[in-house]
Amino acid sequence: MSTVQARKEETVVSEKEGRKITVIPRYCKGCEICVALCPKSVLEIREFKVYVARIEDCNECLLCEIRCPDFAIEVEGKGKKGKS
Amino acid sequence: MAFDYDKYMRPGKLPHIWCPGCAHGIVMKSIIRAIDRVGLDKDRTVIVSGIGCASRMPGYVDFNTLHTTHGRSLAFATGVKLADPSLNVICVAGDGDALAIGGNHFIHACRRNIDITMVVFNNNIYGMTGGQFSPTTPHGKLASTTPYGNPDYAFDVVELSMGAGATYVSRGTVYHAVPLERQIADGITHKGMSVIDALCTCPTTYGRRNKLGSATDMILWFKDNTVGIKAAERLSPEERAEKILTGVFRQDIKPEYCEEYQKIIDMAKGA
Ligand SMILES: Cc1ncc(C[n+]2csc(CCOP(=O)(O)OP(=O)(O)O)c2C)c(N)n1
Ligand code: SF4
Ligand code: SF4
Ligand code: SF4
Ligand SMILES: [Mg+2]
Repeated sequence: MSTVQARKEETVVSEKEGRKITVIPRYCKGCEICVALCPKSVLEIREFKVYVARIEDCNECLLCEIRCPDFAIEVEGKGKKGKS
Repeated sequence: MAFDYDKYMRPGKLPHIWCPGCAHGIVMKSIIRAIDRVGLDKDRTVIVSGIGCASRMPGYVDFNTLHTTHGRSLAFATGVKLADPSLNVICVAGDGDALAIGGNHFIHACRRNIDITMVVFNNNIYGMTGGQFSPTTPHGKLASTTPYGNPDYAFDVVELSMGAGATYVSRGTVYHAVPLERQIADGITHKGMSVIDALCTCPTTYGRRNKLGSATDMILWFKDNTVGIKAAERLSPEERAEKILTGVFRQDIKPEYCEEYQKIIDMAKGA
């Protein structure tokens, strides 16, 4: 996604034990695709935007990132390559 | 690991204009990852589109891009490719753009086997203009122009492309975004006309009118209603008839148009 292009203050970063999920609320249209396709119920919609509610449950599968149509969510993990 | 799309994006263009849940963004991201997978040089790559929601795609990406007139992406792309056959030329088009107003360009580009990769953003509708039926709107479905159900039958993009002579033909979906990326990459690498039928969704003008549920429901529909061509061999004919087949349907080697054209130029020069 375009985390670098988005102004730094626009990104919302959640981090835990080497796992990082970055969202850009200004890009997010609250479509819920990522929320519904996440197999671990990590994500929610709050105030019409994606919200990382349970980062500790994330398995770094990248299903959310690959299918977000809006470049609004990015998952970085402990190095293992995500699949879909 | 996260994929870095930044390298291929024009700065300051996001958020894009597509509706919440519109799957065009998933196809765009798959094209970007495919280009990265193949390792194309940005300055040697041209992305051409016509008119429609799908055709807005080139405006967001940092390549040599052409946003042309409705249905004419392949006509412009043919000119670009013939002027400099060493360029990588990719066309992006909606189903209406590619197959209705641009249908003639489409079949003849396939027939010529020119080395262009055509990605059809197939959402079964004219999205941009408010939901008129397109050549891929299924029989019986509702559109603003078919308020009692579509009496027409849809084109099968794969069969149409193969019948017309394209030498790489595949179908993917936005649910299966990684296989779609692979198909686009193979289409780019393939020498000759490649058509990728990218099944996607228009929740706003098609999904809503046909009560297909949320944007996610529409994407999940592909999971349950498509089957890869290999897996389909294990199904009974009745089971198979209910599914849309996905995968690579043709990958043939056949003389490519620019090379054939060059032979004529060389012959004329030598004469
Ligand atoms: C010559 C001409 N005729 C008609 C139009 C109006 N028009 C704009 S986009 C479009 C259809 C787009 O549908 P599609 O190609 O499926 O793309 P989508 O919006 O669904 O992505 C039409 C008919 C036009 N712009 N130019
Ligand atoms: S990477 Fe997978 S598990 Fe983690 S938030 Fe995204 S979809 Fe959920
Ligand atoms: S898929 Fe993307 S745009 Fe949609 S809610 Fe999730 S982050 Fe936002
Ligand atoms: S009208 Fe349809 S195709 Fe166009 S942006 Fe909206 S959802 Fe996408
Ligand atoms: Mg369309």
